[in-house]
Amino acid sequence: MEKSRKGPIIFSTIKPFAGLKESLKIGRSEVLDQVRNSNIRGRGGAGFPTGVKWNLTATATDNKKYVICNADEGEPGTFKDRVLLGEYAKLVFEGMVICAFAVGADEGILYLRGEYISFLPELDKTLNQMRKDNLLGENILSKKGFNFDIKIRLGVGAYVCGEETSLIESLEGHRGEPRNKPPFPTNTGFNGHPTVINNVETFAAIAHVVLKGATWFKSFGTDKSSGSKLISVSGDCRKPGVYEIPFGTTLKKVLKMVDAKDTKAVQVGGASGTCVSKKDFKRMIAFEDLSTGGSIIIFNQKRNLLDVAENFLNFFAEESCGQCTPCREGIPVLIEKLKKIKNIKATKGDIEDIFSLAETMQLASKCGLGQTASDALISILNSFKKEYTLAKS
Amino acid sequence: MDKLCSVPKTITDGKTNVTICDAKRSQLIPVLRKIQEKEGYISNRKMQEVAFSLGIHPVEVYSVVTFYSFLTIEKKGKHIIRISNCITADMAGAKKIIKTFEKELGIKLGETTKDKKISLEETSCIGMCDQSPAALIDGKLVGKLTPQKVKNIVKELKK
Ligand SMILES: Cc1cc2nc3c(=O)[nH]c(=O)nc-3n(C[C@H](O)[C@H](O)[C@H](O)COP(=O)(O)O)c2cc1C
Ligand code: SF4
Ligand code: FES
Repeated sequence: MEKSRKGPIIFSTIKPFAGLKESLKIGRSEVLDQVRNSNIRGRGGAGFPTGVKWNLTATATDNKKYVICNADEGEPGTFKDRVLLGEYAKLVFEGMVICAFAVGADEGILYLRGEYISFLPELDKTLNQMRKDNLLGENILSKKGFNFDIKIRLGVGAYVCGEETSLIESLEGHRGEPRNKPPFPTNTGFNGHPTVINNVETFAAIAHVVLKGATWFKSFGTDKSSGSKLISVSGDCRKPGVYEIPFGTTLKKVLKMVDAKDTKAVQVGGASGTCVSKKDFKRMIAFEDLSTGGSIIIFNQKRNLLDVAENFLNFFAEESCGQCTPCREGIPVLIEKLKKIKNIKATKGDIEDIFSLAETMQLASKCGLGQTASDALISILNSFKKEYTLAKS
Repeated sequence: MDKLCSVPKTITDGKTNVTICDAKRSQLIPVLRKIQEKEGYISNRKMQEVAFSLGIHPVEVYSVVTFYSFLTIEKKGKHIIRISNCITADMAGAKKIIKTFEKELGIKLGETTKDKKISLEETSCIGMCDQSPAALIDGKLVGKLTPQKVKNIVKELKK
């Protein structure tokens, strides 16, 4: 599809595979340096420095290494990876090939969520063309000894499989239950081999980083968050969609961009994110402020935020892998208490219980799902006190 | 049945024989996906066959099947409608859409028509948040659903 999208980095123009050619020219260690110096951090949500991750895998000793692209996009309100895979697949694959070259991997896997199966024929076509053009396969672009190919694996309907160790479990043919970390995938990943796992958007930025340089990349964004972020905007606004914004953009500006009126609240980061009230619309999208994988859901004055919190909690109850107690047992209790609040039956004690349970879940859950499942509810209880009334005990 | 094991090998320590398989455990989910696609579910028999060819216990296969929402042990319809129950769908009037589906199909959410032709299910966010309410219909993403659109879809699927 021809693209008419505009943006500072990913949506800026670039010649297909020019980043890969440049990489082969400058060599492994220079690619690793550029990625590290650009200060790019993972775009999937957690924000781990990509350069550090690649270095760990590059320096791990093993004759088998993997590069995995995490396209399990399942956070409610996120659809930027859908757009990238539909319109910028070559750029994403190019990022994976560059990564393979830098870390010394010979096998790549695109872990595509089952919901996106309709993209499969087109993606396969792109990969086949790349094989024909010697952009995949053996001695890529005549670089002797650089062999790499990418296959696609489909998910089978589990949000938690977006968590990197759970994704690996699922690739290995097991239930998608997150592992303890350490060990980290960078040295003990797929089938026990060193593995780089990055988000679709992270890979899509790489060719730009290598070709245009770390300094150029850092000229966008803030000191602590270099570059840009793709945001997926939905909910109460006239122009929902995917936008590329430099880090440091305020919510106020985003709301204007998408023509949102009468906004009461903005959920930043999806079901596992936080609900922001009007007085905080001057806050910005950045790792040091409102950190997000890109989900922005807008609620106008008519929306009931307790309903929103309940929808999110039901989502987590459905998607929890059930492996650890705080998450498995905690979420239903939060739902019970929230129902009590909605029926004006909750007392001050119930609210205290919610806060203390949420803290336990944050501290004692094994993976990000349980650790963040209570965040939306807590932020709504904190920032939107007018939304609920307590019972007179 | 997809042959998992092309060259099964038997190893023995003199007392017991164990058959090991060259197929990798990592093929388990792709194989189960194919079975689900072809047969609409994964029967006990299939679970045992798959387990045997991978050299693992059937209960392991069962535990994987029951973990993933797109793998099922009950037979689903030939067509599957998965409607998103996410927040943006809710805000965009998904309840009315679900009601229309239920009425047109004569079944409730979570059920399959008697002729085993169509299943109506709900699912989490399907990445169509900008086009809610949306559904995943036989693997195709369909957005901006209206009652009229639903009627047309059902008519088409019933053919
Ligand atoms: C419950 C859960 C779901 C996740 N889902 C995704 C996902 O869909 N896509 C993704 O890239 N990362 C997801 N992550 C984050 C991954 O574990 C991992 O940090 C990420 O893929 C690393 O890539 P990055 O550094 O490029 O962001 C999820 C994490 C958790 C805890
Ligand atoms: S926090 Fe929840 S989803 Fe994560 S491992 Fe524990 S039970 Fe599973
Ligand atoms: S939040 Fe509804 S499809 Fe994503």
